[in-house]
Amino acid sequence: MTVHATSPQFKDNAARALADDQLQRALGNVKRGFVERRQAVADKLPEFEALRDSARDIKNHTLAHLDLYLEAYEDKVKASGGHVHFARTAEEARDLILTICRAAGARTVTKGKSMIAEEIGLNAHLEAAGIAPVETDLGEYIIQLRGEMPSHIIAPAVHVNATQVEEDFRRVHTHLDKKRDLSEPVQLLAEARAVLRDRFLAADVGITGANFLVAETGTSIIVTNEGNGDLSQILPKTHIVLASIEKLVPTLEDVSQILRVLARSATGQELSVYTTFSTGPKRDADVDGPENYHVVILDNGRSAMLGTSFEEMLRCIRCGACMNHCPVYQAVGGHAYGWVYPGPMGAVLTPTLIGVDKAGHLPNASTFCGRCESVCPVRIPLPKLMRHWREREFERHLTPATFRSGLRLWGFFAKRPALYRFATRAAMGALALAGRERGRFKWLPLARGWTQNRDFPAPQGGTFQQRWAKERGRRRAA
Amino acid sequence: MNARSDIFGNIRRSLGVTGREATRRGIVRDRLEQAPKGVLPARGQVSGEERIALFRTMAEAAFATVAEVSAPAEVPQAVADYLRGHNLPAAVRIGEDERLAAMPWGDTALEVSHGKSEGGDLNAVSHAFGAVAETGTVAMVSGPGNPSTLNFLPDNHVVVLRARDVQGDYEALWAKVRFAYGKGVMPRTVNWITGPSRSADIEQTLLLGAHGPRRLHIVLVRD
Repeated sequence: MTVHATSPQFKDNAARALADDQLQRALGNVKRGFVERRQAVADKLPEFEALRDSARDIKNHTLAHLDLYLEAYEDKVKASGGHVHFARTAEEARDLILTICRAAGARTVTKGKSMIAEEIGLNAHLEAAGIAPVETDLGEYIIQLRGEMPSHIIAPAVHVNATQVEEDFRRVHTHLDKKRDLSEPVQLLAEARAVLRDRFLAADVGITGANFLVAETGTSIIVTNEGNGDLSQILPKTHIVLASIEKLVPTLEDVSQILRVLARSATGQELSVYTTFSTGPKRDADVDGPENYHVVILDNGRSAMLGTSFEEMLRCIRCGACMNHCPVYQAVGGHAYGWVYPGPMGAVLTPTLIGVDKAGHLPNASTFCGRCESVCPVRIPLPKLMRHWREREFERHLTPATFRSGLRLWGFFAKRPALYRFATRAAMGALALAGRERGRFKWLPLARGWTQNRDFPAPQGGTFQQRWAKERGRRRAA
Repeated sequence: MNARSDIFGNIRRSLGVTGREATRRGIVRDRLEQAPKGVLPARGQVSGEERIALFRTMAEAAFATVAEVSAPAEVPQAVADYLRGHNLPAAVRIGEDERLAAMPWGDTALEVSHGKSEGGDLNAVSHAFGAVAETGTVAMVSGPGNPSTLNFLPDNHVVVLRARDVQGDYEALWAKVRFAYGKGVMPRTVNWITGPSRSADIEQTLLLGAHGPRRLHIVLVRD
């Protein structure tokens, strides 16, 4: 077990999130920030859609030849003086990292942002061994102080408001003047910069993730805006890269294709501020950079996804666009999903990593509106994959009894078209009549789960089948 | 079974391959050797003045500032002017880059020190290896000439860039790297830098100067 998952309590988590005013205020920033900026920057690049196809094809090609690209990558890392370690499980990865840290005599470790580190529960493991991990990404630093998990894969503290950050900084940075002004976000940033600068300079080991690993050159790549990942990896004597097997890409040209869709999809930038290509330890003539370079490559169930319908999920480049555009994520935030990866990508990935028995609610937390798939830079059919999980959950009888009997009832009508038409027409007619005045229902019998958090719109005339028949008749006539 | 062979075994079992197939090995070898380019945005397929103008526009859109000089000998004065214009101390940290060393720093009032940064330097000057007009990105390579710490620790980073080193796209930059270092070989670090450090982690408000430089100033040498 790595991080304690609360995914089985998704419904309770979601209900709490909807009632949390502070969280709802913070989530308003997601829509304003990410969604509009992504659209604006995509509109500026006529080749954006073609680049999405290209990125998808590169990832598919790499996955189909993953064993060979991994071998090529490993050879290149060794040739440049680095070390490659393989970990089957989270536990193996944690132990490998701890062994390297101990060999380096590490007391403090600075960390660039890494979702894999969250996946394997690295911080708790290091702390238990007496090594202090320091998160250096501003968002990760904030949630580390708060003892929380990230609520978003690229904006881990998106659920937090500035006043809460101020409270946390005053609570933890007790060596600073109590009367200092922290009312502006820029003052909070300046304080974090000053506090973390000392940590960067004192760290014995730096741990970063990797957005990509390049087989052609044995290079690991990180993409950041703050520069924290770079300070984590060039200042300490030892640099550990923690990556999973699907981060491989063949060449520098291939990664350049994918980088053109990554930042645009993630933050709406043309390119992130820092894209850093690291190959091996420092060279003999170099005056800075790490003396030791280790790459820990984690499987943790991913190799078993190859050759199944979930292989497509291994294309994911962790941009966060799916969650930014998801109406469910926008309503409940990332913590409700109860584990490391939230939103649509989390709803597909989490059941493969911790089991559909624990995470079965997540693929159900979707309206199947399809926005996630429409913005995914590598075109992962997220709704289809969530549907696969629903099918598996149903087949394994993990779905609740009320849900199953509801489905059976619906199935009874669906198999009798005349009865179905009659029943839906009668129901729609009654609802339209009852809701004519207000246009919506604040309460409906048997639908409290819907109406307790939102109104149910009153039907505006006819069933879908009636309207479909009319529309088809109109088109045929035209 | 050790972890490595287990993982390779699982991957091959899932893919239904042995890893010894000549066709697959050939496909991978060809791709690594030929490095096909893919889709190149038309935006970067420009040359001459148009390319320089694109570079400037994109760099400035990312909140970098750009000044132009007509010869390397004018760089020290341009750096001194920039620092004075921002009320910054007249002191810079510089690596051992030969192109920078050949410039007349002694003609200015700048106090120049050499080597990597230990964290106490306010201003640094580095020489770019190249740049990409498509996104206004400068490319730095590590080494004693331009230590990577100079790219990140100082508050103000001045990058000297020869106009002839500005490429249209990333692919042209990689061609330049391969020419300098050899195919499949990289310096320890290549940094693509597009504007100064920033964070939007607090309420999605964009703030400059997170952990890296608060300012990125590019001196473009048009010789």
